[in-house]
Formats: sequence, C-alpha cells, structure tokens
Amino acid sequence: MSDEEIVKEFLVESHENLDRLDQELISLEKNPGDRDTLASIFRTIHTIKGTSGFLAFNQLEAVTHVGENLLSRLRDGSLALTPEITTALLTMIDAVRQMLGSIEANGTEGERDDQQLIATLARLQQSEPSAPAPPRTPLAPAPEPARAAIPAASGSKAGTLPPEESKAPEEAAVETPVPLPAAESRPVEPAAKPPEPADVHPGQQPGRGAISDSTIRVDVGQLDKLMNRMGELVLLRNQIVQYTSQTEDSALLGTSQRLNLLTTELQEGVMKTRMQPIGNIWSKFPRTVRDVAVGCGKQVRIEMEGKETELDKTIIEAIKDPLTHLVRNSVDHGIESPEVRRSAGKNPEGLLTLRAFHEGGQVNIEITDDGGGLDLEKIRNKAIQKALITADQAARMTDREVTHLIFLPGFSTAEKVTSVSGRGVGMDVVRTNIEKIGGTVDVRTRPGHGSTVHMKIPLTLAIIPALIVTTAGDRYAIPQVSLLELVRLEGEQARKGMERVNGAPVYRLRGRLLPLVYLKRELQADGKASANGAPATQLDFSSVRDKHRQWSKTLQKVLEGKLEMTPDQAGSHQTCALGQWIYTTGLATFAEYPDMHLLEETHRRFHERVYRVLNLKRKGASAEAVQELESVGHDSERIMQVLTSVERRVLDLDNVNIVVLRADDRQFGLVVDEINDTEEIVVKPLSKQLKIINTYAGATIMGDGKVALILDVMGLAQRANVISEARAHAVADGDEKPSSSADGQQRNAVLLFEYGDRGRMAVNLAQVARLEEFPRDTVEVAADREVVQYRGRIMPLVRVSSALGQGSESAASRDSLHVVVYSDHGRSVGLVVDRILDIVEESFVLDRQSSRQGVLGSAVIQKRVTDILDVPGLIAAAGGSHLLSPQPA
Amino acid sequence: MANTQQFCTFFLKDEFLGVPVQQVQEVIRYQEMTRVPLVPEIIRGLINLRGQIVMAVDLRRRFAMADRPANELPMNVVVRTDDGPVSFLVDEIGDVLEVDEESFEPTPETLRGRARALVRGVYKLPERLMLVLDTERALRPEAESAGAAGGAK
Repeated sequence: MSDEEIVKEFLVESHENLDRLDQELISLEKNPGDRDTLASIFRTIHTIKGTSGFLAFNQLEAVTHVGENLLSRLRDGSLALTPEITTALLTMIDAVRQMLGSIEANGTEGERDDQQLIATLARLQQSEPSAPAPPRTPLAPAPEPARAAIPAASGSKAGTLPPEESKAPEEAAVETPVPLPAAESRPVEPAAKPPEPADVHPGQQPGRGAISDSTIRVDVGQLDKLMNRMGELVLLRNQIVQYTSQTEDSALLGTSQRLNLLTTELQEGVMKTRMQPIGNIWSKFPRTVRDVAVGCGKQVRIEMEGKETELDKTIIEAIKDPLTHLVRNSVDHGIESPEVRRSAGKNPEGLLTLRAFHEGGQVNIEITDDGGGLDLEKIRNKAIQKALITADQAARMTDREVTHLIFLPGFSTAEKVTSVSGRGVGMDVVRTNIEKIGGTVDVRTRPGHGSTVHMKIPLTLAIIPALIVTTAGDRYAIPQVSLLELVRLEGEQARKGMERVNGAPVYRLRGRLLPLVYLKRELQADGKASANGAPATQLDFSSVRDKHRQWSKTLQKVLEGKLEMTPDQAGSHQTCALGQWIYTTGLATFAEYPDMHLLEETHRRFHERVYRVLNLKRKGASAEAVQELESVGHDSERIMQVLTSVERRVLDLDNVNIVVLRADDRQFGLVVDEINDTEEIVVKPLSKQLKIINTYAGATIMGDGKVALILDVMGLAQRANVISEARAHAVADGDEKPSSSADGQQRNAVLLFEYGDRGRMAVNLAQVARLEEFPRDTVEVAADREVVQYRGRIMPLVRVSSALGQGSESAASRDSLHVVVYSDHGRSVGLVVDRILDIVEESFVLDRQSSRQGVLGSAVIQKRVTDILDVPGLIAAAGGSHLLSPQPA
Repeated sequence: MANTQQFCTFFLKDEFLGVPVQQVQEVIRYQEMTRVPLVPEIIRGLINLRGQIVMAVDLRRRFAMADRPANELPMNVVVRTDDGPVSFLVDEIGDVLEVDEESFEPTPETLRGRARALVRGVYKLPERLMLVLDTERALRPEAESAGAAGGAK
C-alpha cells in the first residue's frame, strides 16, 4: 500500500468516525454516565491521534492528544462532563475535521493556530473538579447501575476501572493497531443503554472486528455503472422473454426462463448494494440540532424512529440537504424558546422527532416538532406583503393552502435573518429537490402543538415495477406504486356497473363511488383544446342525444300543428342538429365503428319517414299519416339505441377494464382498453419539452424495442380533475369535520338533492356512502320505522322532509325512493330524498346563522342559497340517534 | 484557404437546409415512433435510438408546411442538444457540404412567416441557397403554446 493510499484510508475512516463522534458526544451530554459511549469516543480520538502521529500530521496529533487527555480524565471519572467540556470537545472535532479536509485537499493540515483550543482543552482537564462525585450525581442519576452493569457483563472486574487496560490486546481488531481500552463496550452495550430507545447510538459499534474484515469499500461511480448496465440487462431480458414466449423450442424457453429469474435476482442484488439506511444521514442531526438550539437559546431533544429504513444511495444523497434544512427550520422556527414553552405549559425542552418507514413501495419520512405550529395569519400577511398573493386571494384561501404558501420561492417569515434561516431560500428549494426525485412534501400544522413535514420518497429511481396497459393502440406504463387493484367488467355488468352522476362517470366499488377517468378521453384532448380550457366535445354523446331529443320535440309541435315546417325542411337529414353532428364530427371521428354507419342510415330513414308523414298530412290522408307516424316513433327510438351502441363501442363499455389508482389520498378508476401485464421497467427521463406536460413521468423501452410512456398518476388525476386541493384537504387534515370548519371558505364536494316541497339541500360527499334507489313496495315497517332490506341487513330509512319538519314528501312521489346511504360504525341509515340533483365541488362560506337540528348552516352553492345537511343531527331529529350507536361486536 | 464550415444538409419540401456538422450526432432512416398525446403537434413521437429515448420533431410541421404524404417516410437527423439528442424529421438527406463563410448572409428581410424565426441565415451556394436551421428555436414550441404550457405547473 502506498503512502497515498494509507492517507486516503485514514481520511475515509476518520470522516466516518467523526460523524459518529458528534453523535456520541451529544448522547453523552444527556447520559453522562454512559461509559460505553465515553469509551467509544476515547477510542476514536485515540485512533486518530495514533495514526496522525504515524503519518506525521503533527498539528492533528497535538490537538487530538490534549483531547484524548481530557477524555481519559472523563473516562476514569476524575472529571465530570459539563456543557463547557462538551463544547470544547465538539470544537476539537471541528478542528480535526477541518484538518482532515485540508489534508484531503492538498495533503497538509493547512496553516492553523490551534493554540487556543489546545489551551482550553488543557485548562479544562486541569480544572480541579470541585468535587468529583457531587456534580456527577445530579447530572447522571444512574452512574452506579451503569457501572455495575459493566462488571456484570465483563466478568470479574467489579467496580474497578483501571484494569480495563489489561483487556487492550484483544481489542486490536479495529483497523489501526493501537492499544484500545474499554474493551467491554460491545457486550455491555445492551445493559448500559439509556432508557430512551437510544436512537442516538451509532448503528454499528466500533468494536466490529469481524464485520470490518468482511466488508470492502466500493467507489460509488462503480456502483452507478453497474446499475446502468443492470438497466440494459433488464431491457434485454424483457426482449428475450418476449421473443421466446412464442417459441416452440422448450430448451430455449427453459433457458430464457432461467435468464429471467437470474436477472431478477441479480437486479435485486445490485439494488441492495446501493441501499443505505437513512440513519447514515440522520446521524449528523443530533449535532445540527444541538448547534442550532444553542445558537438560538433553545432546548431541543431529538428522537429518531426507523433509522434502519433503507433507500437508494442516489436518493439518500438527494434528500440529505432538504432534510438538513427542514431539521434546522424546525428548531429555529418551530420550537419555541424555553420561557415561551414554559408559559404555554409545555416541557421547556422541545422535542423533534424524525420518523422513517416503508409504505406502499415508498419511504415515508416525517419531521415533527412539538413547537408552536405555523402562524397562518402571519404567513398570510407575509405573502401579501411580499406580493406573492393578493389580499383577496389570501382571504379565500383554505388553511391548507396557506400552509402551502411556505413552499413559494422567496417566502420566509423569520422576523430576523439568522445564520440558519430567514433568507427566503429554503422551503421552495426543499420542495423542488424532493419533487425532482419523484417525491412529495406536505406540511401539517396544529397551532400550539407543532408541525409535521411529511415526505414520500421513492425507494429507487432506476428500475420500477409497472403495469402495462393499452389504450387506442398505444401502450402505457403505470408505476405499481400507485396501483391498488384491477377491475374488469363484462357485458351486462359493464352496462349496469357504470353510472353517471351529472354526466361524470362513476363505478360503485364495494359500495363506494369511484370516479372514472377514461384514459382515451384524457389523452385525446389535444394540447390546444385543453390549453384554451375547452374540453374535447367530440365524445360528448349525451349532448348529441339531447340534440335529437330536442328536434323530436320540435317535430312533435309541427305534427300538432303548433309550428310550421315544410316537408322538405323536416325531411332533410343533413340540416337537423343530429344530422349536422353526424356529417361533421360523427362520421369523421368514428368511421371505424360500423354502428356509426348504421346510425347515419337510421337517421336518414327517420327523416324520409318524417317527410312522408308531413306530405300525407298535407294531402289530408291522416289515417295513413298516423300509421307512418308510429314508424317514425320507432325510428326515433332506434336512433337513440344505435347512438348508445356507438357510444358503448367508442368508450368500449362492453368490456371495461378499470385500473384503480391512488393519487395522494384519493382513489380513482382509470378506464383503459386493455390490461397487459406487469413488468420491470427501466425509467428513462423525458426531454424537457415533454416534461412540461405533467401527464408523463418518463418513458421506457418495452420488450419489443418500442418506446412506451410512463403515466404520471398524480398529473393524470389533476388533469382529469379527480383531485383538487379541497379533497386532499378533507382527507389529509385529520380534522374530523372538514365541511364545518368555522373559519369560512373551503372547497368542498357536496351532493345536492331535492326534498319536500322542492327544498334544496347539500350534504358533504364524504358522508355519502352510496346512492340507492328502492322500489316503493320494498319498504317494510319494523319498530314503527320504515326499513328496507339492504345487502342482507335491515336498513332504517329517514325521510329528510319529515325529519326537517317540512311535512310529507312532495306530491311528485314516484314508484321508487331515492336514498342517500349514510354509514357510521358499520351501521347504515338511508336518507330518503326526492331527487338527486348533482355533485358539485365549490368553495363556499358556511353561514351558521340558519343552523338548527339537522342543518349545519347554509351556504351559496351554484349561486343559490342552500342548506347543508348535518346527517347525524338529522337522524337524531328523526328520533333515530340509537340507530347509529356502534354495532355490538 | 478561406474560413469554411461543414454542413449536414437536407431537404424539406422545396427548401434546402443545413445544420453544422458538429451538431449532428447521426443520420438514420425512418424509425418506428411512439406517439405522445397532448404535446404540441410538432413532436411526432419518441424513438428508441439504441436504448436511448429520443424525441422526434417534425420539421415540416415546425415550418407550418403540409404533412408529407403517408407513403413517404421521413429521415431522422439526430442533433445533439443540451438536453440530450433530438431527432429532426426531414424529407430527404443531402450531402455534407463544405461552405465558405464568405457566402453567408443574414436571413433576408423578405423571408416571412415561421421560417424567419427558425433560420439563422443563408449560404449562397453556386447552384442554390442553403438555409441554416436554428436548432434551438426549432425545438422550442411556438410562443403561444409555450405560454400555455408554462401555465401548467
């Protein structure tokens, strides 16, 4: 090994050790009695000192030497750890780090003057402890048990510390051959662990002889190259598997299957080499937190959960800075000063919690502080002041939207610019960086209780499992992460299962309404139309149907003699509204559907007949006219049927494949032509011209060598308006009654219905489990209450109109009841309404003046004053509160 | 020897255009493309260039010319850009020409329409004129579509 290599080894190793030292010192400050930590610190410094002496880095040796002396006095108990000593030791570590940095850069320790530091360290070790024992007792209530634990584990060395030295030889396992005291550190560790889960402990203890022998250091560049090759191999594998799937040659087939398996295993292996526990970057945070906290006069404790959670190296690198920023921010902005905390009745010591866990193929990271929470008013004002939003906008914003303002570039509420924050860069950069790697950031806050920053990060970037679907002849990949389930509806099922709520298609998935998005339709809207906000109307069959319906009404009037129209006018199949559609859009767009031509033919015949009828009428041959008229009616019906069949073909309603996806906290069904298979795909980035369309997350090369686009589920959901701020709010806020937030406006999805004497009400969609229709004669009576049999149970009915004291339901009672099913604790109650009007999503202010039992208040929805239903209240008003009492288990 | 520069030339309907040879990565025959819905129509699709995914921009559409007949397959001129390689779909490939800097002239005022914005200048060759394609601008969508796209997050 050349000198240079030795120095390099030394640097790599020392850097790792230093990071651990920071952490250990902080931990030691909390548990001054923790002898293992102290021993470990001592050992690390000792190692650095030894090696630097050997490599003739004298300055480094000098600094670490005094440090070691100080540590040795701490270790043998003749000196107690004080904050001053901790600070001095941390300063020493910084000095060491600087020198190592300098050595790395130019091979020397650099011009430095560490006399003062050395003097401080020397002075501290001289400083006669006023009394060795007393200061220790208050600081460390448990030194005795801790010490007792050591002998217990290490054998006979009861109570006496110096004999540790005798164990030195067997400790030489650590790479550098220097005598190392405190041999027991490893076996004793569990016994001596401080009561808290000790996440501040380093993941690996230094005395890891066996481990260090079985590991090697690998250049990250090497791993990156390996990963790239791996991606190519996966692609090739996919191609081979595809080609051989058609072969008859069983030997070739077998070989390709083996190749398939092996590639998968190899891929997993390669991915694993790149995985690192998130604890690697977290280990710096105790120090960061301490420094920031000391800097702004706060007391902050840090706790970590799930630091063994693994992430790809590139992702770890990418989230390091954003995380550091967030941690600093939480201490600087989030946690209040001890006085404020005390007066608020909180522990003067703030708590910062880092949490990492796997969920749905992603890693979730949460940074929670128990500070004052975000000051929404202040954020509003600041944003207005900085002209980021107008006062008007601010007034209309929901709390959640306000919290999101902190992600805007140039936003900072810090009163004074500190070294840590207040410079207006930060949160926007955090968000940009996280989004760059396909993650999301979100902030939740509770005034007075603190805030949580929640991040979702993909495990790895390069190779992901994806579902391949086909639509309009093109293949698309959907990342498996967003996939919940697949639903296939056939024939009758498809026709019945798909319903519409005011034109918007939905599917009832296990009793819940799943909004449907037709991929074909979303992708057909060409860029221009969507840019103008005009949706592609060519597929809007309901309006086409309306056109014909209207024309038929006109014809009716003509036949009744209320309207004049010549037979020529009425008989022209090209000038009526439907005709115009057929000959401009219909035939041009749907020429490939045979039913379209049938429609054209039927429509032409219809008009020919109309012509004949009118002519007969003119001639006074009314008997024949009536006969023909019957056929006209048939033709008209037939037109509607054919139109529906074209629609079904176009939207492929006969066989419906629904891919149930999750975007944020919402679910939606993506309707595609075909569901092919799941495949491991290699994600390739798109050029920036394509990135601006947030519908695609990238592209990949399929087994046959062709390119397929990867859909960005989030972007798609936004494009289709499946998710909006309001929905995300209702779910994510954790607030129990999102619809009734007292502070006014928010966007809400509500179901509008009619009851009683044409009264109009809205109910929060979140409270609607299902919409049902029951024939009137299925209503039975049990315990003086109307009930229906519903899904094998008895569901009580509450008539909204009578419950609200609006008398009986309107005269327009039909043969069936429209029922809004409300479920709570496994109990369902059906609310009988007159008519379901619409589902709307609007922001409105809830006016509570009109609040009464069963009514939360009123609001202006769709430009009309509308009462908002309070479902539990209404049920109580109908004397049915017991109906909702939790089901006995 | 006067200053000369090499150009990779190609035909687009009636026009004769060139791109400095250094910018051109390669010229390949027609490749099957995967269309990308929702993007400006100048982007015809994505091609698989030996494992790399490359966007194909149809210069006919960029120059607002009529589409080439369905039976005529375009050629790919793959150009290096800051954002990775991009393919320009052209009608036919010409020779690599060595042209004299002396024969260069800025875009004539009379050149109108889209072409004006997409051409850097003109080389007066003995037999005909060669327009120098501004590859940067050719890739940028029209101002209006850029504005609309920029509006999206």
